[in-house]
Amino acid sequence: MSKYVVSSSPHIGNDRTVATIMLDVLIALMPAVLGSVYFFGFYALFIEILAVGSAVGAEALFNVITKREQTIGDCSAAVTGLLLALNLPVSVPFYVPIIGSAFAIIFVKMLFGGIGKNFANPAIAGRIFLLLAWASAMTSFVKPITWINGDAFVYFRCILRGREGLLDVAALSTATPLASLRTDPAGLGVFDMFFGAIGGSLGETSALLLLIGGVYLIVRRVIDWRVPVTFIGTVALFALIYGAAKGHALDYILPSLFGGGLFLGAFFMATDYSTTPNTKLGLVVFALGCGIITSLIRFFGSYPEGVSFAILLMNIVTPYIDKAFIPRPFGYRPKKGAKA
Amino acid sequence: MKNERLNTLTNGIVKSNPTFRLVLGTCPTLAVTTQAINGLAMGAAVTFVLLCSNVMISLLKKVIPDRVRIPAFVVIIATFVTVVQMVMKKFLPSLYDALGVFLPLIVVNCIILARAEAFASCNPVLDSALDGLGMGFGFTLSLTFIGIVRELLGAGSFFGLPIGSLGNVSMTIFVLPAGGFLVYGTLMALVNYLTALAENRKYDSSKKKGKKEAKA
Repeated sequence: MSKYVVSSSPHIGNDRTVATIMLDVLIALMPAVLGSVYFFGFYALFIEILAVGSAVGAEALFNVITKREQTIGDCSAAVTGLLLALNLPVSVPFYVPIIGSAFAIIFVKMLFGGIGKNFANPAIAGRIFLLLAWASAMTSFVKPITWINGDAFVYFRCILRGREGLLDVAALSTATPLASLRTDPAGLGVFDMFFGAIGGSLGETSALLLLIGGVYLIVRRVIDWRVPVTFIGTVALFALIYGAAKGHALDYILPSLFGGGLFLGAFFMATDYSTTPNTKLGLVVFALGCGIITSLIRFFGSYPEGVSFAILLMNIVTPYIDKAFIPRPFGYRPKKGAKA
Repeated sequence: MKNERLNTLTNGIVKSNPTFRLVLGTCPTLAVTTQAINGLAMGAAVTFVLLCSNVMISLLKKVIPDRVRIPAFVVIIATFVTVVQMVMKKFLPSLYDALGVFLPLIVVNCIILARAEAFASCNPVLDSALDGLGMGFGFTLSLTFIGIVRELLGAGSFFGLPIGSLGNVSMTIFVLPAGGFLVYGTLMALVNYLTALAENRKYDSSKKKGKKEAKA
């Protein structure tokens, strides 16, 4: 062995692997997971475990059947399962997370070649599949269990109840704040939305907890800050313009930001490596597109929420964004008079 | 000779199945297969038109000038489609409504035009009839199959008969267009995989036979 090794790039490596990155994402999601248990009880945890388990199980099974190298060790299936679970309402029946995870892993990820080769974020595609498959189960939300009159005993009795317990209290069914965004934005409690005491899917209700996880990911440099900042900024700007057109410029901004799945999407779903552009400029364009489509669907579409559709659509155009922003190779000078 | 005729007949059912192998006529395939019975009816209509038009075109192949053959084919096909349409409207009005615009659109169905162009216009009458029948059967089988899967998953029933309480957990996506693409793609992959498997086995066994003969 010679002292000097000649090899092709990359020359500088570190001990970061897919598994450590995915573990970071899982850590960043923990506040939201704890929040989901706090707001919706232990049935939320049951759904999360079910989704993660079936995602990992589906990937393992697929690898065994197709005689491929086992890839569940990179934790990406676990992240997909957890993200999918956080996108579900707590009142879904048990088979919804199982089928959703299996669809996300097998159809969206593994059939296209596994991690890094999927054309769309598996969790997003899985959520949209479920939304189209069981529309009513996926859009009926329950009110979170809040600290009822400060009575700890009542509260703990509530969070221990299962799905039947949740559905039992029929008065608790509610809509997400987004449902009334277009009609009555001023009537929404911004603080409840920020802390998470609102109806919504398991992980999307608390903007604060998602923000904590998102900042952790940015600090750890797992995700690029440009995506969430541009995405959220675009939505805010759009809400400002829409509000200005309606005569209440500021009423729409905060409900737009905290009311739906924007933070979950912007920090955790729109930052998947294989389905977003490779260049920084490309990422900004990607996030801009996500923000515009989200706002268009929310304000003018027939669905109250548009984050997942926006991310899916931008996932699909990602290769074209990449083609449009090819970085200049180091040291390369364009020839004079040559066409770009 | 007989064997060849049989091949012409079975060609359309497995080896060059119009739906799964030639990928022809995907528009009606995706649009009408929300229920098994619709797929079956569409397939039957196409089979009838295909059989009649193949025979007619094969009979007239020397009469039709080459330059205007496509318009001539379309006129012949449209005649039979009109017949099917009138019969269905009279005797099966509910199916007629369910198939909607896709029934008259059989006129421009690419399976029928493709078989007219590629087979009937350069083959004798009997072979053309067998080809039309085989292709029609293949199309009917595929459509019914897709329809069964979509109906089972999307509405929890089999040819309109509800199966247990499956309807309560059925996934609406499978009767929507997105589910049509999903089922179509998955079944195509499955059929191609099984066909490749069967061909490999045939190839292996013929190789083994060859080896044995060489040893002997």
